[in-house]
Amino acid sequence: MSGAPAAARDDVPALPAAGRPTSAPRGRRRRVPQAALGLSGLAGLVLLVELLPRTGLVPSRYFPPASEIAVALAELAGRGAFWTAVGDTLRGWAIGLSVAAVAGVVLGLLIGSSRLARELTDSTIEFLRPIPSVALIPLAILVFGSDIESKLLLVVYAAFWQVLVQVLHGVADVDPIAQDTARSYGLGAWARARHVTWPTTLPYVMTGLRLGAAVALILAVTAELVIGVPGLGELLNTAQSSGAVAQTYALVVVTGILGVLVNVVFRAVERRVLAWHPSQRAEVPV
Amino acid sequence: MTVLRRIGTTLALPAVLFAAWWVLSADSTDYFFPPLSGIVETLGDEWFGPRLTADVLPSLLRLTAGFALAAVVAVALGMLIGLSRTVRGLLEPVLEFFRAIPPPVLVPVFILFLGIGDGMKVAVIAFGCTWPILLNTVEGVRAVDPVVVDTARAYRIDGMARLRHVVLPAASPQVFAGLRQGLSVAIILMVISELFAASNGLGFAIVQAQRTFAITEMWAGMLVLGLLGLLLALLFRVVENRVLAWYHGLRRAHRAP
Repeated sequence: MSGAPAAARDDVPALPAAGRPTSAPRGRRRRVPQAALGLSGLAGLVLLVELLPRTGLVPSRYFPPASEIAVALAELAGRGAFWTAVGDTLRGWAIGLSVAAVAGVVLGLLIGSSRLARELTDSTIEFLRPIPSVALIPLAILVFGSDIESKLLLVVYAAFWQVLVQVLHGVADVDPIAQDTARSYGLGAWARARHVTWPTTLPYVMTGLRLGAAVALILAVTAELVIGVPGLGELLNTAQSSGAVAQTYALVVVTGILGVLVNVVFRAVERRVLAWHPSQRAEVPV
Repeated sequence: MTVLRRIGTTLALPAVLFAAWWVLSADSTDYFFPPLSGIVETLGDEWFGPRLTADVLPSLLRLTAGFALAAVVAVALGMLIGLSRTVRGLLEPVLEFFRAIPPPVLVPVFILFLGIGDGMKVAVIAFGCTWPILLNTVEGVRAVDPVVVDTARAYRIDGMARLRHVVLPAASPQVFAGLRQGLSVAIILMVISELFAASNGLGFAIVQAQRTFAITEMWAGMLVLGLLGLLLALLFRVVENRVLAWYHGLRRAHRAP
């Protein structure tokens, strides 16, 4: 269908590149391992954050050195309120993402399986999807106040479209010849959905989930920050407005670590679920 | 006939939804969900009247400034980082960390540095949408077909010429993927930065309406924000289709049996 341009896709599928693998083995023995490089990069960042305020290049009033941020972080970690906030943030994120994932996959499969349904909903989806979910903030405040429902409304709206659009791409990608073959072998509708449509769609579902998970975390923290729903964002807002600068930075670091964890976990799950899929086996020498 | 059918299927569901909203809310007395007719009226009187220059324009200017700044810096840096294996290995975890920070938490931090003026808002937008653009550019440069690069080298196409005519075009599909992600982050940050502290702008006006319980105005503002998101997405697609026409054609050719 021409109405599905490469809209919401973060991984652009690479064109078949003829000589790709040839560059890999070149000079492998002398190379510093990637992990060591990455760690020294992170160490460099910490050093920079330590030195910039210490040398007075950046006012330490606004930008405390890394050691002070670390102290604030350790202090936070010893407090029950901090862990409650982490739990609140993760709970909103997980519930919202689950609702969005189930709704996105089910609706995506239903809409994708019928040409008429696809054509009918195409314009509406393209209209609703780019509406930034932060537009819902005032409505959330009015209707739900600072309850967890406010957070869920934003999270579900943002993550739902990521999943739905990917699932629609996936269903559209099913090889028509495979469909026809399955049909001529007498496979019923359910068997075709199970053995033809689903395996094709699964990589797209995983991409949608990974993108949705990242967006869901952003919106969960945003709801806490702006609306005051309990969680890390609310803690951060309090820290900033009470002038606890090092603690503000420590909380920013925590949200970053959460983001990295979400990403790492979802990539790991993706690799495991799609171990059979060619995209995950590209590195294996043939 | 097929064109008519296409127009029909495109308009059917939006028309039904709009009509349903209109009818269902027609004599709504629910305080939070005013009649759509009133919202549309406010939309015409207020938002396409005085507020267009007073609130929408400043927001758009900040968005454009921040996004353009991020695009230039991130694409340039991304090409430099992507070209060297060592630099890439050194910086990738750092960049991944920065991307993983939910961008709205930057607003309180940037307020510390820059106060609450336009500078803070542009800086927040630029900083937030730098990371997706940067990482996608790095990835795009990394995945450039080595045969093409080697060929360019064999023809002594070096330095800027190689960057401009070989690396950048090859990486551009991925760069555009990054720009698209960056744009949606930019819209979010435009609104969030105005929610905290502002005297004008879309986000400010909507929250002001909500705080003063001007519910019809608030709904109209939300619609404007939705329309803006839609408009920017369409504009982005037009530019992308133009710049990447060669790439989409190539993909179609590869797919065709």
